Amino acid sequence: MTRTMSLAARRPAGTAPLLEVSDLRKHFALPRPFLNRVLQAEQHQLVRAVDGIDFTIERGKTLSLVGESGCGKSTVAKLVMGLIGTTSGRIVFDGVDLSHAPAGAPAKLRRRMQMIFQDPYASLNPRWRVRDIIAEPLQTYRLCASRAEETREVDRLLEFVGLNAKDGDKFPHEFSGGQRQRISIARAISTKPDFLVCDEPTSALDVSVQAQILNLMREMQRELGLTYLFISHDLAVVNFMADWIGVMYLGRLVELAPAETVFASPQHPYTRLLLDTIPDLTMARRGREPVAGEVPNPIDPPPGCHFHPRCPFAESRCRSEPPQLRETVLGASTACHAVEEGRLPPAVASGFAGGAIPTDGAHLLGKIAPPDQQLVG
Amino acid sequence: MATLAARLRSFTAGDLFYSFRRSRTTVLATTVLALMMLGALLAPLVAPHDPFDIASLSLLDSELPPAWMEGSNPAYWLGTDTQARDVFSSILYGLRISLFVGAASVLLAAVLGVFLGLVGGYFGGLLDAVIMRVADVLLSFPAILVALLINGVLRGILPAGQQESAALIVLVLSIGLTNWVQYARTVRGSTLVERQREYVQAARTIGVGSLRIMRAHILPNVLGPVLVIATINLGMAVLTEATLSFLGVGMPATMPSLGTLIRVGNEYLFSGIWWVVIFPSATLAILVLAVNLLGDWLRDALNPKLR
Repeated sequence: MTRTMSLAARRPAGTAPLLEVSDLRKHFALPRPFLNRVLQAEQHQLVRAVDGIDFTIERGKTLSLVGESGCGKSTVAKLVMGLIGTTSGRIVFDGVDLSHAPAGAPAKLRRRMQMIFQDPYASLNPRWRVRDIIAEPLQTYRLCASRAEETREVDRLLEFVGLNAKDGDKFPHEFSGGQRQRISIARAISTKPDFLVCDEPTSALDVSVQAQILNLMREMQRELGLTYLFISHDLAVVNFMADWIGVMYLGRLVELAPAETVFASPQHPYTRLLLDTIPDLTMARRGREPVAGEVPNPIDPPPGCHFHPRCPFAESRCRSEPPQLRETVLGASTACHAVEEGRLPPAVASGFAGGAIPTDGAHLLGKIAPPDQQLVG
Repeated sequence: MATLAARLRSFTAGDLFYSFRRSRTTVLATTVLALMMLGALLAPLVAPHDPFDIASLSLLDSELPPAWMEGSNPAYWLGTDTQARDVFSSILYGLRISLFVGAASVLLAAVLGVFLGLVGGYFGGLLDAVIMRVADVLLSFPAILVALLINGVLRGILPAGQQESAALIVLVLSIGLTNWVQYARTVRGSTLVERQREYVQAARTIGVGSLRIMRAHILPNVLGPVLVIATINLGMAVLTEATLSFLGVGMPATMPSLGTLIRVGNEYLFSGIWWVVIFPSATLAILVLAVNLLGDWLRDALNPKLR
């Protein structure tokens, strides 16, 4: 708590980060049936889905959380939006603590934060017309004075995200995945938010459509000054979107760094492993370490550093003492004993990042569509 | 008007109507059911006699056999009972009461069950546990016993003179309060699934209230199975009513339902006046069969896995 205060105090007003998350935790209880507890002496089990993470997001920037399935990144998204309650820790949005506020409350602040979901087939009510879906936030927050104004606004939003105003009278099942995600985006930006939580918004789409949606989101960020918490497991997508990257492993942040630093000189062994998994033509000549091991069971994570069973540099300290997130190079923070003690070999600049980071999504688009088709739904 | 015509067109062009037209059994069942409903609804207009108009009854006409038998009077197509009431007219009026009790109790059970299931499934926790334990208790007794119990309690509450006139409402309540469990369980199950879907989460992040989420988002997505259960339960409710009336705790003889007619007629079965009990019984059997056939078809037609 004092930590958040001091962070805020160090910055001049106006440049305070839009979102500050400190020591955020979410533990899910896995209750055992009564008889099992009595007869087999089984205890209630606890999954530490999010186990003490800190990050801040500056206005107009994008922080991307990456990690394998089950590392808790989607839980962070739900915690920030208030869809599930926090176990402990603070979520401060624009100076107001929202860690105990349910979804949608207080309306004044929640209007400014919206969410885009992963599955465009599940995130739109199949029985509602698109027009009603997009108008629902407008009605809930009473943003339109009249029916006519609402209709105009929905038409404008549909066209803004690259659909036709006439599409409003259709049902969601009449659209493709990419078009549905555009509807989802139109709904999210209808309240004129400052902050969007994007929970793997492109992972359910095929690659050609991914690029279109990502370009739309970048364009929105430029035009509307949006701040993103962007959750993904796809490093190519993250490379295109993120200013900052937070790498999560089993509920903890293992690395938090500017995007270019992560790709140019990844510190944490897990980050290196993730980067090694990206297939790339220029990497063909390099011997690749196959990904070793699997994510351990989150009910019973390994002691010390959660990553040590898979880590080639693990020592006895790693097996007993959980590492803290500490500043290393170029504004990056890493939670790793080996990095701290300097016993890691210098990061091999992966071919993916080695000075040739494409910044305009061309690496995505080049493979699949000519750039002038970017925004055609 | 134009939209109504358009809707009708899109319905007759749709999958459901196609599947309906293809199934001859269903068409027949629906026709029979429609005729029965029409006859029941218009009983005062179509019935050849008014069995409750005592002035028009003549004991000389009592115990007449059906029209095709010897010693019959063609004015009484299905014969008359011991009080000289026309059996066919009695059946029409009885059908009216049976169908009303059936439909009203199904409506009551469905509304109650859908509401409780929706609330329990959406909010969960203690509320859900209480609703579902009550449901479990109700399910652990035969439905007719529970209906008898509620019936007895309701009759006990009523003042002595009111019992006959309130019989209709008592029946609807006792059958409705017995049958909501099936709706509640089905709706709760679907609600548990739907509330985890992202469109519900999206509505929550928008700040839509719980009641509106339940009514506008979840309810339309869980109503499909309810329609099927309601159709099949209509047959069950009519049967339950008939059973209660047969046992003497349903409709009084002055305002007979099909079950009452069967009970009263049953007493004369062995004296050779079989038509007084056989025709109401056959009507009841055909009615329930038609409803069940329609329900079965609807269940299959609405099940995407069987298309």
